[in-house]
Amino acid sequence: MSALALAGLTVSYGKRTVVEPLTDSVHDGEWLCLIGPNGAGKSSVLRAIAGLVPHGGAVTVDDETFGAHDARRRAALVAYVPQSPNLPDDMTGEQYVLLGRNPHIGYFATETAHDRDVVRVVLERLDLAGFGDRLLGNLSGGERQRLVIARALAQEAPILLLDEPTSALDIGHQQQALELVDRLRHERGLTVLSTMHDLTLAGLYADRLALLDRGKVVAAGPAADVLTPDVLRSYYGADVSVHHANDGTVVVVPRRSADLAHRAFSGNSVRPDELSVPRSDF
Amino acid sequence: MTDAARRGRWWLPLSLVILAGALALGVMIGPAGSWGSASWTIVWNIRMPRVVLAGIVGGMLSLAGASYQGVFRNPLVDPYLLGVAAGAGLGATIVFAIGRAGTQTWLVDPLPLAAFLGGLIAVVITYLVGTSFQTDRSGVTLVLAGVAVTSLATAIQAFILQRNSDVIREVYSWILGRLTTAAWGDVRLVLPYVLVSAGVLLLHRRHLDVLRVGDDEAAALGTRVGRVRLTVVIAATMGTAAVVSVSGLIGFIGIIVPHFVRLLAGASYRRVLPLSVVLGAAFLVLADIPGRVLQDPAETPIGVVTAFFGAPFFIVVLRTRRRVAS
Repeated sequence: MSALALAGLTVSYGKRTVVEPLTDSVHDGEWLCLIGPNGAGKSSVLRAIAGLVPHGGAVTVDDETFGAHDARRRAALVAYVPQSPNLPDDMTGEQYVLLGRNPHIGYFATETAHDRDVVRVVLERLDLAGFGDRLLGNLSGGERQRLVIARALAQEAPILLLDEPTSALDIGHQQQALELVDRLRHERGLTVLSTMHDLTLAGLYADRLALLDRGKVVAAGPAADVLTPDVLRSYYGADVSVHHANDGTVVVVPRRSADLAHRAFSGNSVRPDELSVPRSDF
Repeated sequence: MTDAARRGRWWLPLSLVILAGALALGVMIGPAGSWGSASWTIVWNIRMPRVVLAGIVGGMLSLAGASYQGVFRNPLVDPYLLGVAAGAGLGATIVFAIGRAGTQTWLVDPLPLAAFLGGLIAVVITYLVGTSFQTDRSGVTLVLAGVAVTSLATAIQAFILQRNSDVIREVYSWILGRLTTAAWGDVRLVLPYVLVSAGVLLLHRRHLDVLRVGDDEAAALGTRVGRVRLTVVIAATMGTAAVVSVSGLIGFIGIIVPHFVRLLAGASYRRVLPLSVVLGAAFLVLADIPGRVLQDPAETPIGVVTAFFGAPFFIVVLRTRRRVAS
């Protein structure tokens, strides 16, 4: 069980600041979901925590603050699942999940029997036991997504960062993947920080939502507080109705609205210059 | 252990048997007659060093090819297409032009060092140019950059040779390879470089598997991508330059052997690297045999033999890979 603290986290690409000073802390076993329009800086926050882009401010896990050079240590504490992971077609499932052990293996060492045991247990736990020998190129989208989560679990990091974990999945697989993450969170005491576009799913699974707009947190709290028609109208430029079910579920439903047709072109909410995703240096 | 891992274990012993057979054949066959009839002096002083050198060159070029493919995540590259060989040739040409005679008594022969520097500069330029077009994900840009660097290095080399026409003969016999004149001295010259290079590359085989998921994910898994890439490129280039400086330019082997290995034993670099060394060595030892006996007493250059067998084989490999992929 570990807590993740961000103190004045900032991210800039060149002169453009995409994340304004962000201070928050995700406590032990909590699931915080970042929401917000395209280009708001959600992915940049995750990439900064994973150490993939330079950032200002401090990222702290428990009481350990990360420096620039301890990539292996960081990877032992923080597992990162990107929005579209690379799964080499000619790699087997076992080899892929074994990559998650990388931060635990010395530079010139090879994986030990313990590492292989961890991988075997993770594969069995996620009902992937038969996939160890299969080539990734022959698997379906849902199976691949489960293997990606398996790799992150094999990392045995207490903090799990998920960037749009369900964007490529159908509604059934979306639900299965999120249930799996939630079950593992409770079993293993994982602390989860994710981004998600589907607001209803975000509210359903996360303990807390933080809405980012142009790099700033503009609303944060439980789903019922953040997901209001007024908030979504002003930051997403969306016309929605919000329903509250008896069990506390907050359902966001889009509405037909003729006056949105010209809005896409007036640049009121979605700024075309921020639609392109900045690349890090290779 | 999984079935695949168990099956994979057989490939290394099997390939070592193949290598032993190739070495035996190489020593037994030659223009001076087979094992029994040729004198021991011929076998020991002429055939053995040549067979051993062919093995070292073949193993090193295959290993370097597989390593470049891993570190650039590009199955199309090898020491030749990246411009390493041409850069090494340019470095060596400069040494010849300045004066080879004076350098042979030096403590350390500058020829492999110059070839190494030339090769390293070439591959760094190729990489910087090839990756500056970030929109290309097919890897073709990297190969095209390598072609451009090769042309540039060859042009500079031609210019130097025109101004130093007295060394043309020496340089060309070097470029075309001299496994022909190999003696134990050449083996001793390249062996230290090749051992260091191969050792470093084989120690990085697990890292090459991590790089297969891309720079970002490898970094998120705790690998310092830039440092691994630089180390592997330097080691592969050093080994390539060293063997090129005794064998001349031998093409195809750095692509076909690793591809062949992947078809046999899977794509994990943990297997691809060691198997490439062993089967690359066996391949070049075998490829050298027809060169010695086909046109006896004349020699068929080994580069001609590898291209003759390598080019059709490479096309077959490409077709098979496409079928596997689809």
